[in-house]
Amino acid sequence: MAPKLPPHHSLQHSSTTATAGGQVHDDHDHHPQPRGIMRWLLTTNHKEIGSLYLIFSLIMFFIGGIFALVVRAELFQPGLNLINPEFFNQMTTMHGLIMVFAAVMPAFTGLANWMIPLQIGAPDMALPRLNNFSFWLLPVAFTLLLSTLLMPGGGPNFGWTFYAPLSTTYAPPSTTFFILSLHIAGVSSILGAINIVATILNMRAPGMRMMDMPLFVWTWLITAFLLIAVMPVLAGVITMMLMDINFGTSFFDAAGGGDPVLFQHLFWFFGHPEVYIMILPAFGIVSAIIPTFARKRLFGYASMVYATASIAVLSFLVWAHHMFVVGLPLAATLFFMYTTMLIAVPTGVKVFNWITTLFRGSITFEVPMLFALAFVVLFTIGGFSGLMLAIAPADFQYHDTYFVVAHFHYVLVPGAVFSIMAAVYYWLPKWTGHYPSEILGKWHFWLSVIGVNLTFFPMHFSGLAGMPRRIPDYALQFADFNLVSSLGAFLFGFSQLIFVWVIIKCVRGGVKAPAKAWDGAEDLEWSVPSPAPLHTFETPPDFKPVQH
Amino acid sequence: MMNPVQRTVFRSVLVLIAMFAFAFALVPLYDVFCRITGVNGKVDERAQTLVSEEVDESRYVTVQFITRSGSGLPWILDVEQRQVRVHPGQPTEINFAFTNQSGSALSGRAVPSVSPSQASRYLRKVNCFCFDEQRLEAGERVEMPLVFQLTRDLPKDVNTVTMVYTLYPVAEEKAQLQAQVAPGSGGDA
Repeated sequence: MAPKLPPHHSLQHSSTTATAGGQVHDDHDHHPQPRGIMRWLLTTNHKEIGSLYLIFSLIMFFIGGIFALVVRAELFQPGLNLINPEFFNQMTTMHGLIMVFAAVMPAFTGLANWMIPLQIGAPDMALPRLNNFSFWLLPVAFTLLLSTLLMPGGGPNFGWTFYAPLSTTYAPPSTTFFILSLHIAGVSSILGAINIVATILNMRAPGMRMMDMPLFVWTWLITAFLLIAVMPVLAGVITMMLMDINFGTSFFDAAGGGDPVLFQHLFWFFGHPEVYIMILPAFGIVSAIIPTFARKRLFGYASMVYATASIAVLSFLVWAHHMFVVGLPLAATLFFMYTTMLIAVPTGVKVFNWITTLFRGSITFEVPMLFALAFVVLFTIGGFSGLMLAIAPADFQYHDTYFVVAHFHYVLVPGAVFSIMAAVYYWLPKWTGHYPSEILGKWHFWLSVIGVNLTFFPMHFSGLAGMPRRIPDYALQFADFNLVSSLGAFLFGFSQLIFVWVIIKCVRGGVKAPAKAWDGAEDLEWSVPSPAPLHTFETPPDFKPVQH
Repeated sequence: MMNPVQRTVFRSVLVLIAMFAFAFALVPLYDVFCRITGVNGKVDERAQTLVSEEVDESRYVTVQFITRSGSGLPWILDVEQRQVRVHPGQPTEINFAFTNQSGSALSGRAVPSVSPSQASRYLRKVNCFCFDEQRLEAGERVEMPLVFQLTRDLPKDVNTVTMVYTLYPVAEEKAQLQAQVAPGSGGDA
């Protein structure tokens, strides 16, 4: 266990300059630092584990992206052109699973690992060994998941929501492996979340109260609580599936007195908080970037915290809005419709605060700011289509159409993914000591924005016109919209190669960044040198709370 | 004595275990909830007494019967009339017939469901074949009655009530059943 206050060194923290390649001696063990692959397998350093998480999620982002492009290539023209429908179903399912569990969630955990200790002035995470374990579970989980594609009968083909009985009675034999891999990924998320909660609650710099914490820390604290609350429910659901498939129980099998609708209730009881797990840290990132580049303090800090907490609480009360068409009683339909619409209130508070922060700011448009601004605009579009979907009678039309696909891709791609990219551009100077290339970054940004909108905006129209989700072929009247979507998808996909180029270039060299890499940046991470040395804040920093 | 980090971890793990247990507790809770509120078309699986009340002759309700065979039970469930028109408050008897088409004795059960689900609270079954499991010899045909009543307080906007009976094999017999049915059985009824 890491002590709350490490032994006092006479050094001032900011004078500990970077020593190359992890030569700094670890307080906790007296063995020589392992080298090569063993260094990464055994590392307990929050920065190295953070980097591992981020690299892993980038690789998975590309694998999930390739699956998406297979889907879009098939949908480029009407007719069954390239792949058979069974494989198409596996691609849509794997795309969803990989993007949710292996790309977006680990990326946020990676950012949390890197930045939370730096932002609260802690020397490391509270449980460094557990941290190592939770990362290394991920490659195991997702190698297993990807390997199901090569198994007889193919990989999961029932959609990322794995509704029973599609995922039990009618599932391919590889489903047991899918369940195991999701269990492992879930354990990883839970351990990561416990670690983050323990770090934030116990390791803040002396004098930093809860309401002094940067919003990224706040949003992650709330996200971690959500993870601890709902990942066990997911574990429960997939355990029930496992027993239905292999041990003759009937949780979801009507033949034995079970109920398939119960599956949907349990899944979405996990699933709706899960979608906020994928967006709350994004709110924290944007709330760090916008004040920096508007050179103003964040407007309404306290209301941001309360809005985040209210969104988290409400997320437990809205799950059945995914199930309006299963035949809910009228009272339940109304309840879930109203609670869902209520979520627009705290979300609106956040958007209002970001815009008010921009108001009369001295704004500059560096790449992180561009991504953050695109986030605010495009996430809000996704929020509006969410409001439309929340209206139960309208949802009867939209349900399971491309309108839903457009909605959740707007909140997840230019929402969660853009915020992760913004965070990477924002903190790369701290991680590498170099600024990322502005020119390449701007190319990446503009091609991504155009690509995302070309891909997902037409889906609103094809959805309203009645194109169903998860089909490999479609009626001719949807051909034009799908052509545009596919072209946009390829543009977006290939422009991500620029992102990789920017990162590699930035790691290797570039304009040197000072400790405070951005003019208006305020938080504690900018008080340590760039690149951040392997060990920081071994002496707690001198934290002066600012008046929010 | 635990240090603060251990205390946080301990509490988190407690929440974790509680939520895992909660997921499993939701299974019976959901069942109870559906039964009490009548949502999801679940009906009481015990005999209820008739409510003696005057028959409301001012309105008719159409009652439809749908019978289905689930997977793995080569039985047929017939009903003498697919549709009847009844007054609320009026007791009605309908005969159903089970036929075992396979060459061996099997146990099965008809699982009921009512649509629209809000009607299930106003449906009283005095006698139903669905209360018990049935065991039929090879090729046997058995007639069984359903006696039901729709109470007078059935909401005015409900004009049609559909009762669905789905045949399922009984769990204990499953293994034995699959072994017997596999070669040259009558197939799905």
